[in-house]
Amino acid sequence: MSEQKSFPLPSDLKVVPGTEAAQAAYPYYTQFVPEDDQKFWFYNSMHFPEPMHHFDMITAEAAYVALGAFNTRVHVLPTAKGIDHRVINGRVYIGGVAVTDPKEIAERVEQFQQRAFYYYEHWERLYDQWKVKMKALIADAQALPKPELPDYEPIETTHTGKGVASNHALLDIYQKQVEGYHRMWHHHFEFLLLGYGAYMTFFDFCKKAFPEISDQAISRMVAGMEAEIFRPDEEVKRLARRAVELGVDQHFTDNMNIDQVLADLDKVSNAGKEWLGELETSRNPWFNVSSGDGFYHYHRSWNDDLSLPFAALPGYIEKIKAGANIERPTAQLIEERNQLVSDYRELLDTDEDRATYDQLIGLAHRVFPYVEGHKFYCEHWYTNLFFNKIREFGALLAKNDFFGPEGKEDDVFHLTQYELESAIIDLMLGWGVGATPRGPQHWPAIVAQRKAAIEEWGKHTTSPALGAVPDVIDDPAIVMLWGITRENLDSWLNEGSDANPNELKGFAACNGVVEGVARVVKSVAEIGRIQQGDILVCQVTNPTWSPIFQKIGAAVSDIGGSMSHMAIVAREYGLPAVVGTGSATTKIKDGQRIRVDGGRGIVTILQDEPVLEDA
Amino acid sequence: MSAVAWFKDVGIADRPTVGGKGGSLGELTQAGIAVPPGFVVTTSAFETFLEAIEARAPVREKVTALDPNDLGAATKLSEELRRRVIEEPMPAEVERAILSAHAELTDGVTPVAVRSSATTEDAEDASFAGLQDTFLWVLTGADMVTKVRECWGSLYSVESMTYRRKQDFPEDGVAMAVVIQAMVDARCAGVMFTRSPTTGDKSVITIEGAPGLGSAVVSGEVTPDRWVVGKITGEISVRDISDKHAKQVPAEGGGIKEVELSGAERSQPCLSDEELLALREVGRKVERHYGKPQDIEWAIDKAGNLLLLQSRPETVWATKDALAPVKPPEDNPLKHVMSIFGGKK
Repeated sequence: MSEQKSFPLPSDLKVVPGTEAAQAAYPYYTQFVPEDDQKFWFYNSMHFPEPMHHFDMITAEAAYVALGAFNTRVHVLPTAKGIDHRVINGRVYIGGVAVTDPKEIAERVEQFQQRAFYYYEHWERLYDQWKVKMKALIADAQALPKPELPDYEPIETTHTGKGVASNHALLDIYQKQVEGYHRMWHHHFEFLLLGYGAYMTFFDFCKKAFPEISDQAISRMVAGMEAEIFRPDEEVKRLARRAVELGVDQHFTDNMNIDQVLADLDKVSNAGKEWLGELETSRNPWFNVSSGDGFYHYHRSWNDDLSLPFAALPGYIEKIKAGANIERPTAQLIEERNQLVSDYRELLDTDEDRATYDQLIGLAHRVFPYVEGHKFYCEHWYTNLFFNKIREFGALLAKNDFFGPEGKEDDVFHLTQYELESAIIDLMLGWGVGATPRGPQHWPAIVAQRKAAIEEWGKHTTSPALGAVPDVIDDPAIVMLWGITRENLDSWLNEGSDANPNELKGFAACNGVVEGVARVVKSVAEIGRIQQGDILVCQVTNPTWSPIFQKIGAAVSDIGGSMSHMAIVAREYGLPAVVGTGSATTKIKDGQRIRVDGGRGIVTILQDEPVLEDA
Repeated sequence: MSAVAWFKDVGIADRPTVGGKGGSLGELTQAGIAVPPGFVVTTSAFETFLEAIEARAPVREKVTALDPNDLGAATKLSEELRRRVIEEPMPAEVERAILSAHAELTDGVTPVAVRSSATTEDAEDASFAGLQDTFLWVLTGADMVTKVRECWGSLYSVESMTYRRKQDFPEDGVAMAVVIQAMVDARCAGVMFTRSPTTGDKSVITIEGAPGLGSAVVSGEVTPDRWVVGKITGEISVRDISDKHAKQVPAEGGGIKEVELSGAERSQPCLSDEELLALREVGRKVERHYGKPQDIEWAIDKAGNLLLLQSRPETVWATKDALAPVKPPEDNPLKHVMSIFGGKK
């Protein structure tokens, strides 16, 4: 006898003992309340797979402020408003706000068609305008000075009659940076849902016309070829080519000491200096890519840590010297895409369907450059600038002992955005008053407590969903952004009951079956361990990892969907890949032999025990 | 018209004289698709033969007079006519033509398959299922002639005759062609549908196969391995590898026998990914040639060559196609997005 399975209610979730204070420190409006038991929630493991540092909650908050505004009041989606969020034990739960009253829906349909259709009709012009806006916003953030407190105000303040002292600049920079981050998220959602919606319309048509078509086949028909997100990898290839042309390629070896290499190149010759010049050209802006998805402060960029692009250089150099063409075959990819579109078209039965297909693919091709391109500007470039600016505040506070004698700049991320503002004001006061700030007495214990809480929360798994399962999930935002369907929920409910414990399921990202040694890589710092032919197992795979695709046999990730850039890049490299397995990095042990079936989205653990590595 | 027609000289338009199967094999051969060579014993051969035996005693007249509800009479007539088709002498020119073509095809060594090849669309219907005879691994010319007679005789089975009478089918038009085809000693064989049998999806190819001769798969004696391959993309989205307990192989004295399987042949996939993709290529080519989804029998010989044994239009889903469009076009293409945003189910 099996009883009806259901998810726990929000009120069933208990704060992990000993972490109550850390839980209470999250904003009051993100705490579960008894009324929340009436609603369905799911764990946003796609964007926030790890317990949230208190500061990093700003990413959830700013994103949901902007997403909600655009869905509810700007584009006026007929059946869905925004996304509500809560946090417990560091885990972010979200739930949609559906519109169910037919009268309200009808009213919103009318509004939506005036607004969204305007965007679709003027997509190219508005997107060009968007890039100008985004670049200006990035320039503003770059122009913000480093927060500093001199002993005495520079004499220029006096001579220019500036009338504002340096401590005011701290508040000014911080507030501008927080404002800019919120503004960036508004820009992010200006097009996103409409873009996904047009894509999904084509996607749904394909699924109806071809019930067994794979998600990856559909995304291949739509994928753009010139998206900014491919550019960082192209720049690494360019640097490899320049190294060969300038005759400095011998400096790049596996497991090189990057600082040493940079110093050597500066010393050896003009050619070395010229290559360093090329590196600078590539770095700004193309190395402003996060090695994660940009949602956590510790997802650092290539510019912050050159190890990822540099790890790729020896392999590319070797291929160039062997005469191989490593350029991205754009023309060929475009031709393949067009062939795919016309081959599927040919299979349709009626002229009417072919006419609809042409309308839908036309619209999908127009909107997709935004869907692919926005991430470079938003989640990578801007977010990286933002967290680095906060890190500068962290350094300043650490220098002023706010995090105790052992304090580090990254400790700042244990403060909420509001607490950080108060700590900044405390520092401003102390500097101005000439007294000792209170921070050094106040924050070290709190930071220690939150560090411990995050570590503790990380040891506990959390329910994938909470509350009563709805009969249907028809919130377009939830379906499009998180891929949540009724079938997903049922499989979550059944998880573990009859599943093969050695088998993990995810999205089939790229066709092919490969067996090999799993290399479970938790951060970019570990990529040196990857040997030729290893299978990369990591939490987030995104295009910034693509330079090491030349080395590996297959890729597996915890997070990611079939529409992810990762899937597209994997296909370009012809690399079998399964993304969005949920738990690959926890279930697969480093060194185990695994089989990746990229066509079916299945990863199988072949050996229970890790094999010992050869020296 | 001659008693014998080679595959390379016939096409689907010749169906009235070479039957559906013969015409299709001819069509495939002409389209450059690898098919084991062979010829068709045409309806003209049958007519000449029938004329000869009608001269001794009526055949068609008796069938026309049959009451389809009188099972006893039908059984009696069937026994009589089939015996006559098997036993009465064959006109010499017919027998000579068949034997000489057989000698040319086989050099006296290659075993052949003998299959009936019906001349009307009707005859391929479900109501005729089981009336199609196939004899595998036929060794000698004399055996072949016997099997040809058996194919002809199946026109006078109880089911076939009563069906014709119930449909009021004019007996004058009833004839049978027979296909004689060099036999492939298959390493593995099976069937392929150039669409999904479960959803009708035309963007996938479903392949079923098992070790040995394809007869084990077609007859359902063995649960075959099954794959679903993207017709356009080549993605292999389903791999159902079954426990294949037995295979059918040629028997020493002709015909086939069943052999129990063990080890890798029993448990491992019978096709490699490369072979699956080669099958997909051929499937696409045949489908393009005919302009509609196909139901194909294939075999891979011991040397690894992929050969088609038969291809016919898929019939189950074909009748459902084009009934209604998936989604009609809109005057304003943007209205399509309302299916996502408008909450319409």
